[in-house]
Amino acid sequence: MRIPPRSTQVIAVGLLGGATLLTVAVLVFIIVFVLDKGLPVVTWSFLTSDPEDMGRAGGIFPIIIGTLLLPLLSLAIALPLGVGTAVYLCEYTRETRMTRVIRFGTDCLAGIPSIIFGLFGLVFFVGMLHMGWSLLSGGLTLAIMILPTIIRTSEEALRAVPQAYREVSCSMGATRWETVRKVVLPNALPGIVTGVMLGAGRCISETAAVIFTAGTVASMPTSAFDSVRTMAVHFYILAREGISNENAYGTAAVLILAVLLLNLTAYWMMHAFIRRRAR
Amino acid sequence: MRLSGDKVAQCVFLAIAFSAIASLLLIAIFILKEGLPFILRYGPWNFLSSADWRPQEGAFGIAPMIVASLWITAGAMLIGAPLGVAGAVFLSEFVPRPVMRVIKPTIELLAGIPSVVYGFIGVMVLAPLIRNHLGGPGLSVLAAAVILGIMVLPTIISISVDAIGAVPNSFREGALALGATRWQAVHMVVLKAARSGIIASIILAMGRAVGETMAVIMVAGNTIRLPHSALEPVRTLTANIAIEMSAATGMHRQALFATGVVLFVVIMILNSLAMTVLHRKVGR
Repeated sequence: MRIPPRSTQVIAVGLLGGATLLTVAVLVFIIVFVLDKGLPVVTWSFLTSDPEDMGRAGGIFPIIIGTLLLPLLSLAIALPLGVGTAVYLCEYTRETRMTRVIRFGTDCLAGIPSIIFGLFGLVFFVGMLHMGWSLLSGGLTLAIMILPTIIRTSEEALRAVPQAYREVSCSMGATRWETVRKVVLPNALPGIVTGVMLGAGRCISETAAVIFTAGTVASMPTSAFDSVRTMAVHFYILAREGISNENAYGTAAVLILAVLLLNLTAYWMMHAFIRRRAR
Repeated sequence: MRLSGDKVAQCVFLAIAFSAIASLLLIAIFILKEGLPFILRYGPWNFLSSADWRPQEGAFGIAPMIVASLWITAGAMLIGAPLGVAGAVFLSEFVPRPVMRVIKPTIELLAGIPSVVYGFIGVMVLAPLIRNHLGGPGLSVLAAAVILGIMVLPTIISISVDAIGAVPNSFREGALALGATRWQAVHMVVLKAARSGIIASIILAMGRAVGETMAVIMVAGNTIRLPHSALEPVRTLTANIAIEMSAATGMHRQALFATGVVLFVVIMILNSLAMTVLHRKVGR
């Protein structure tokens, strides 16, 4: 029996729509589940006090600080490198064998799993360069991890700046560097900020690479050579070792809210950027 | 003077542009330096094919972990690939543009959720479901495959949506003009044209599934043995490294880095494959 094309269409679209709905439903379920269990735990004192008894009691204040410092340090390293690479690729060269090599390297780096970054950080920064398990080792390792994200978003942002801007700037006698600094980069800023948000999001979600390089010490760091614990690591330790499910949910709720905020800001900036360009 | 400043800037940017490739090389060199000598000394075949992993007695065979990683990755693809591709097709072909603009970033948010949170959901929600309805301990190949299948959805959907979006509109119009229904146009013309991008998205997703660590540690159960059913607990390559690294010294530590070498090689092969497929000239 042949099913008429119209019916096949209805069936196919129904199945496809069902799959999409399922995907969205899973996302909503995860977020609602974590916030529902975690938010009641999140009080002002949970956010501002030190953990006690390995995290069974008390709050997550030093862990929040660790979660802020680590991405800041990684971005301080990855941002100049990433934007610099994008500027070179977009402004200083055409497509050549060399740019293909650079792009290939960036794509490969993007696909490397975090556990490999962790192993590398452990041998190179923690061991060989004697930085120990520290904010610095963690920051450097994560900087390499988020470099491809920063390069890609910056490149997109630079390419979105209209060619006419560059031509006008150059025709008024500006050098290429002056054009980049005064015309291209300021106009590409919202796109670059999007990359920063996404990079920060990856840093705070990361666990494996952080445990291997930044360690797990849950107290306030006093220098870049002190170990820190991020919220993702704290959550992992509490949940996996069965220390406190309640505080694990609380930490996860704060973490999810932070990730949502970063991603939504990134999306909003990108959107505003595209709209402004379209005008 | 101004010209020379411009030249300096150019050189600085050129140097910076090599940071990614330099990092990649550094990573490759250091992982190989720590792991490769062990593999050569122990015998590559022995290391890969022996099912005997007892670090205290000097037995280092990673076959059970390789099999576990394969099973879980295959399972994740069975779940993630159809769902992801279906989602991508629906979003790009059957949904009005404004709706797509809301749903696509929402799905990309899935990528932002930390993997430990996925793992925890697996432990708290999925494992009890499997234990009560299908039997076994709950923490299993199946649980890990489902969680990873969900985790790879954003990768598959966003790359596939781009691939489908890149198919020229004239292809669709041509099919519709010949009397095809919308669905016929999509599965006979659009999907064929977007094939390489969709395949690349699935290969990249495989790379992510093979490399995922924390979620898998939480839901796979971590028993070192060759699995006989999808309901048994297993330990993957990544989980083995992460679990044993903190306490490992000497030979044991080298063996874990050697496991890292195997992982690194597999991932590089998958990524190169994806890139080759993705950049293949359309229309040949």
